[in-house]
Amino acid sequence: MTDSALAELSDTLFSVSVALYSVALLAFCAQLAFGRRRARDRELVGAGGPVVEPPLEAAPSGGNRWGLLGMGLTVLGVLAHAGVLVARGMATGRLPWGNMYEFATAVVLVAVVAYVVLAVRAPGLRHIGVFVLGPVILAMVGIGLFLYAEAGPLVAALRSSWLAVHVTSAILGSGIFLVSGIASALYLARTRRSASAPGADTGILSRLPSGESLDRLAHRTAVFGFPIYTFAMIAGAIWAESAWGRFWGWDPKETWMFISWVVYAGYLHARTTAGWRGRPAAWVNVVGFAVVLFNLLYVNMVSTGLHSYGGV
Amino acid sequence: MTTTAPRQAAAAPPPPPAGPSAGRRLRALLLRQWRRLTAMRTAIVLLFLLALAAVPGSLLPQRSLSQNNVRQYLADHPDLGPWLDRLYLFDVFSSPWFAAVYLLLFISLIGCVVPRALEHARALRTPPPPAPRNLLRLPDSTELRVPAAPAAALDVVEEELRVRRYRVERREGVRGPELSAEKGHLKETGNLVFHLSLLALLLALAGGKLWGYEGSILVTEGQGFCNSFQQYDTYSAGPLVDSGDLSPLCVDLEQFTAEYEENLTAASFTADIRYGEPSAEGRPTTIGVNDPLRLDGDRVYVTGHGFTPCFTVEVPGGTSFEEVCAPFLPSDQQTLASEGALKLPDIPGREEQLALRGFFAPTGSMQGGLLTSVDPRPLAPQVALQAFSGYLGLDSGLPQSVYSLDASQIERGRLTEVGSANLAVGETMDLPDGTRITFSGVKEFAAMQLSHDPGQVWVLAAAITLLAGLLGMLLLRRERVFARADPGAGDGGTVLSLASLTRGGGESGSRFALLTDDLRTALASAAPARTASDPEVPPRD
Repeated sequence: MTDSALAELSDTLFSVSVALYSVALLAFCAQLAFGRRRARDRELVGAGGPVVEPPLEAAPSGGNRWGLLGMGLTVLGVLAHAGVLVARGMATGRLPWGNMYEFATAVVLVAVVAYVVLAVRAPGLRHIGVFVLGPVILAMVGIGLFLYAEAGPLVAALRSSWLAVHVTSAILGSGIFLVSGIASALYLARTRRSASAPGADTGILSRLPSGESLDRLAHRTAVFGFPIYTFAMIAGAIWAESAWGRFWGWDPKETWMFISWVVYAGYLHARTTAGWRGRPAAWVNVVGFAVVLFNLLYVNMVSTGLHSYGGV
Repeated sequence: MTTTAPRQAAAAPPPPPAGPSAGRRLRALLLRQWRRLTAMRTAIVLLFLLALAAVPGSLLPQRSLSQNNVRQYLADHPDLGPWLDRLYLFDVFSSPWFAAVYLLLFISLIGCVVPRALEHARALRTPPPPAPRNLLRLPDSTELRVPAAPAAALDVVEEELRVRRYRVERREGVRGPELSAEKGHLKETGNLVFHLSLLALLLALAGGKLWGYEGSILVTEGQGFCNSFQQYDTYSAGPLVDSGDLSPLCVDLEQFTAEYEENLTAASFTADIRYGEPSAEGRPTTIGVNDPLRLDGDRVYVTGHGFTPCFTVEVPGGTSFEEVCAPFLPSDQQTLASEGALKLPDIPGREEQLALRGFFAPTGSMQGGLLTSVDPRPLAPQVALQAFSGYLGLDSGLPQSVYSLDASQIERGRLTEVGSANLAVGETMDLPDGTRITFSGVKEFAAMQLSHDPGQVWVLAAAITLLAGLLGMLLLRRERVFARADPGAGDGGTVLSLASLTRGGGESGSRFALLTDDLRTALASAAPARTASDPEVPPRD
């Protein structure tokens, strides 16, 4: 295939993955709507640990079938989504994160993959599919509309082996933090209900995993993402030293990475500190989520700094 | 920092002593404040303050990044600007309040980490603590009924735990022979290494700021510079830098090459330079983007490039004036359209001072009567030139930019425009008084920067230990296992109570189940089989 055909394939796959995610979202909605109430399965999730399958749900109910369909479609969407980047990389003969379009697409991919991995290990997490795929589809549509950039060569400043190290780890860290933030937001929504009206545990939120397992999921993913993010920051500093003449210079992107690092450090401390456990810590994680998003979008698109590459 | 329980207890106010003296009261007050500062809650609040304090540094223009942007902002906001300036909001990262936040945070960190490090050093040398009174109250616990005698059963457990690299301590407790085992001190070690590395990082940063300097200069092909503050266009130096102590280094730029892809994306910038001590014959090398020259303690970078148009000026008297060249600063990075000025205060044979102001296009194209640049490569260089005659005001004492004319001199009529033209290379413009200006050619210039930061290698070392400590802290587990053997119901067997306590690493229940399974197998194979199978007490959950 020629380079331009590959670039076109990449663009087609982008639309395909958005379509697949959308259908998967519908399936997850159906799961929430038609699935059985989760009154019996008090504790479905052992996030990352052994899967606690409630014996009463051995026979697949209608909701479960919808959930499986949603998962299957999401996995297909992930394959198409990964194909977007692979085809881009082959078309341009470089790593497919040379501009904001490719970078943001990769971050969203990491978030979906992290969700799929967690949901395969702990089926209870399939119930949050709507809340993961909803933002994912919005993000993908936004990326396609506002960030799209033609496949092209890298600018001189990005031609360094540190691109593979720094940007890859930044993509991984950000994507994992996004999942963590969604889990904390859901935890806040879930515990707000049970706190205000303990008896009335009905409605869509009651079909979410328990508050405890959402909180644990948020913490696990943040613990996993934090060293990766730290490494991304150190690798970025090493690269900056050889590219810009100083390892740290409070460029807007650097400043916001510092801010988000400090916020996540605060989250990890807060979760083990009396008086901050539970909802206050979850709020900190949600703030971290907002800061990471801000760093991904605002800093590149609005402010000008050394990290402004690839048209935006 | 994983737990705060001990410090929570310590933070509680001490019971009021009976009739304390003033000195003792002061000491108690100071102690209380110190404990408040070093409490984890304070640390969290300080972390947020630090994050919050950094925000204006990215939203407002900063002097450390661009003096020009700050000047522009002050000009655009004449009312608000000076107030923000008074609050150091254009120098956030060197402001006293930013320093106050991070210094408080680091003091809090020292107050937390140093006692913990001492405690940890003690814990490394002391055996695991005795088993709690009621083992079955721990979250992971079970009872095994084994045929072996109590001591023999504990021997088997000890052996199994030692194989798993636990440190094991046997005790004769009030409630029977017991065993405590522990492993995973590395988790706390990682925690301490992480926090101490943060301190080291801050110290290394501070050292680099105090003894470091950097200078930047635009160098046209064929020219060079030496490492001295007088030569640099701009420089910044730490307070402990002695300007006589700069390393003796001179750099000459021989050739600058910019390469572009088909779609005019910049592919590479390389500068062929010679470097060495001032008197020595320089050594040749090539530096470029992402590829600086690294010497012992100094680094030389190419941070940008542009064009230096050259002109010859002939006065009517006939004596040919030398060629004059000046770097023009790019105003558009895509097409390298550039602007600049030449100031000629002392032309022999000409009374009035002469100044040239120009717009340079490496590949010029006339669009709507205006010269524009369409390509960053110098394929058809053109310059739109304005000539001024009069008084430049260079000796007025006010600093002037070398890259532009002082607009106020033009407004006040001290400089008057005497001619303008669009010139390609080799073309000539004649001024009314007979002065001839010829666009004689164009060279490339490189923006070069020399940096000296003695702290940065230590910053890197601190960052690496920081990451190692972080990984140890987050990924390792500290596990304690306790066992107590009770003689069984008179049949010579033993009821073995087992429990474990895990800190960090998540799911502990499944690992405890695995451990008990292994112990059960080991105990069964070690003990003489007396009965077919003893019923077991099911594990508690």
